Amino acid sequence: MSGPSTYQPTNPALQWIEKRLPIIGLVHSSFVAYPTPRNLNYWWTFGGILSFMLGVQIVTGVILAMHYTPHVDMAFNSVESIVRDVNYGWLLRYLHSNGASMFFIAVYIHMLRGLYYGSYKAPREILWILGVIIYLLMMATGFMGYVLPWGQMSFWGATVITNLFSAIPYVGESIVTLLWGGYSVGNPTLNRFFSLHYLLPFVIAGVVVLHVWALHVAGQNNPAGVEPKTEKDTVPFTPYATIKDGFGMVCFMIFYAWFVFYIPNYLGDPDNYIMANPGVTPAHIVPEWYYLPFYAILRSIPSKLGGVIAMFSAIIVLAFLPWLDTAKTKSSKYRPLAKQFFWMFVVVAVLLGWLGGKPAEGIYIIAGRVLTFCYFAYFLIVLPILSRIETPRAIPNSIADDVLAKYGKKAVSAIVALVLAGGLMAGGTQKAEAADEHGGPTPPSLSWSFWGPVGKFDRGALQRGYKVYKEVCSTCHSMNLLHFRNLADEGGPGFTAAQAQAVASEIKVQDGPNDAGDMFERPGRLADPFPKPFPNENAARAANGGAYPPDLSLMAKARNYDRGFPQFVFDFFTQFQEKGPNYIDALLQGYVDPAPKDFALPQGAYYNKYFPGHAIKMPKPISDDQVTYDDGTPQKVENYAKDVATFLMWTAEPHLEARKRLGLQVMVFLIIFAFLMYFTKKKVWANAH
Amino acid sequence: MTTTSSAEHTRRDFLFVATGAVAAVGAAAAVWPLISQMNPDASTIAAGAPIEVDLAPIAEGQDIKVFWRGKPIYIMNRTKKQIDEARAVPVASLPDPQTDQARVKEGHDQWLVVIGICTHLGCIPIAHEGNYDGFFCPCHGSQYDSSGRIRQGPAPLNLPIPPYAFVSDSKIKIG
Repeated sequence: MSGPSTYQPTNPALQWIEKRLPIIGLVHSSFVAYPTPRNLNYWWTFGGILSFMLGVQIVTGVILAMHYTPHVDMAFNSVESIVRDVNYGWLLRYLHSNGASMFFIAVYIHMLRGLYYGSYKAPREILWILGVIIYLLMMATGFMGYVLPWGQMSFWGATVITNLFSAIPYVGESIVTLLWGGYSVGNPTLNRFFSLHYLLPFVIAGVVVLHVWALHVAGQNNPAGVEPKTEKDTVPFTPYATIKDGFGMVCFMIFYAWFVFYIPNYLGDPDNYIMANPGVTPAHIVPEWYYLPFYAILRSIPSKLGGVIAMFSAIIVLAFLPWLDTAKTKSSKYRPLAKQFFWMFVVVAVLLGWLGGKPAEGIYIIAGRVLTFCYFAYFLIVLPILSRIETPRAIPNSIADDVLAKYGKKAVSAIVALVLAGGLMAGGTQKAEAADEHGGPTPPSLSWSFWGPVGKFDRGALQRGYKVYKEVCSTCHSMNLLHFRNLADEGGPGFTAAQAQAVASEIKVQDGPNDAGDMFERPGRLADPFPKPFPNENAARAANGGAYPPDLSLMAKARNYDRGFPQFVFDFFTQFQEKGPNYIDALLQGYVDPAPKDFALPQGAYYNKYFPGHAIKMPKPISDDQVTYDDGTPQKVENYAKDVATFLMWTAEPHLEARKRLGLQVMVFLIIFAFLMYFTKKKVWANAH
Repeated sequence: MTTTSSAEHTRRDFLFVATGAVAAVGAAAAVWPLISQMNPDASTIAAGAPIEVDLAPIAEGQDIKVFWRGKPIYIMNRTKKQIDEARAVPVASLPDPQTDQARVKEGHDQWLVVIGICTHLGCIPIAHEGNYDGFFCPCHGSQYDSSGRIRQGPAPLNLPIPPYAFVSDSKIKIG
């Protein structure tokens, strides 16, 4: 993308095309002959990784849009039917939802790399500003995408973020109404967010083209921060940079696959597995992890307008970086003070992210204000002063000198550091939700057969759990997302099609109208959903003392408890994903009668150790010997609880076994491929040294 | 560039080919789910399960249209005249030769069950119209006889017979 190409194809057909549209020459000069500094380290592979992630998000997103219904009544269930019914739908959905997080992890590394090595300095100011624009577009796209599943966090995230605009004086309310297309977040909002969420990635792709164009005009920065002078300083993009980027990409894919196949809900919010309810706000509203630092800045300013301005300024200030840091030396490698302040800034940013997930109270508010000050001070005070007072170390004369000085440094250690940093960053920035002071004890961690990389459901437990559900839970709780056919699905309770059909035909389903226009009853079919215990919410409330027994389909993914730091960092490595089943199991066994003396139990409620707030409207649902087990398992509450928790894990994640099985295959493949790429890269680069 | 021995060349070439081959396999495998998702999903397949149709209300000379897997199925209670016409025509003269007996279930000769989609370009033919006491497609003028066989017009094939069986004398199961 830098000037006319001198490339001439030898094939006459290609020559014919080239004379009319020099596209091969363009590709050749941009991605083959393009000279790239020979001393680039692995932090430079994140540009390629980001392009890859943009491609993954667009491809999986276009596919998800083929199955998704943007309507407030259907959006939530359509996402669930993608995950449950569409071939590989669970894979595509998890690739997309975790892809957003991977995209942001990569972009933060990419930005910090630019910050550390001074990549925003002349002549790369426009390149940098285009990057800030891409980042803003990414944030908008990510936000609107998070609204589409129409869970509780989607809805309330949309409400909170759109309300930011109400801070604008005089016209704020009108702008918010305009954004909503109504008087609250509703169907018009969802429809336009869907439309824009589909549009913006292509806008990003367009700005990425400008970004790459600007990059190829100015040339890449490099760890030494000196511009290439002779041909010895550079190597051609292909094969050198392509193979190196490729290796970096495969390593990143391993990290990505770890999330998709083993901990797909680690970065998500359990509340988003509850369908949007405009009448109930979740106890803790937190945005996705990648917005948390800015969310913390928003909350630390004690004024509505001030907070919004501070939050947007925190991003906009990046665009002014080329003029805030005027130091001649680009790379922080040669700036002893700037280097230290850079790492302090990284810590400040991560801490802000951690604070963003904490409730805005007490010490957290003070800490938030201090860190917000530090954040802005880095850009507005530290960098301008440093560029005037700091004495940099001597920079190398040329890139070739830099390469000779450090040749032999281990690439592997860089990659290990990279993967570890990624893991820790993901763990460290995961929102640590506040421990509810009324939450009581943490449910004990049980051992589950479906834990870990090769976990499988215990068929016996699933069948017993189904029996408990059917005889006990289903008298009050619905199971809207399950169909009788699912009982015979692979990876489920292991019913045969005939057994599932027999279960289905036990119920009567209203159908019709017939030729006479009358509704009639027929026996259930495999395609029918599980029957509801009550015809509607009001009937359910009337029969349950005002409480609405929640739907159980996704219960095992919709309940959560705080694991605290550093436990949730270890959870990333141990693939701990069983908070939901632990909670359900504990809840069913957590009834205490009578309630502790100092606890004021409301009328019609029961005391439960593990229920948030302890006062639960559901009476103790099950006691010993209530359900007959045919396989000799002791008929104790603890077995009932564990079996039904297992069953609910399956109803929440019916393709768990397929996910882990495919995950193992993908992991083995990627690791082999990574080794091959590494050795190929070594061979290719052997020529350059 | 350093000079390399030929043995080293072979080893290097093998590595490059192996890496390229693994990359190609990975790319091909990654495409599979992206294509496979376009096939009918589990709920569509479950909804396409067999259906039962009660024939008792259909009087002689009448027909009904039911839907199975989103396709219109004509169930026609043929008159004696219609059956005789269908059986009188010389099979060899037909564009898509097939006997009427092969298109109905033995012992239930008056019942014609066909998928009502014109084999030309997918329009729905109108029953009891056209010159052959059968079906007439309004889109491009294809005419089918009382056995659902193509007789005239651009359609190349007879109306297809869906899989079905008689559960009892007055009830069929389609699918």
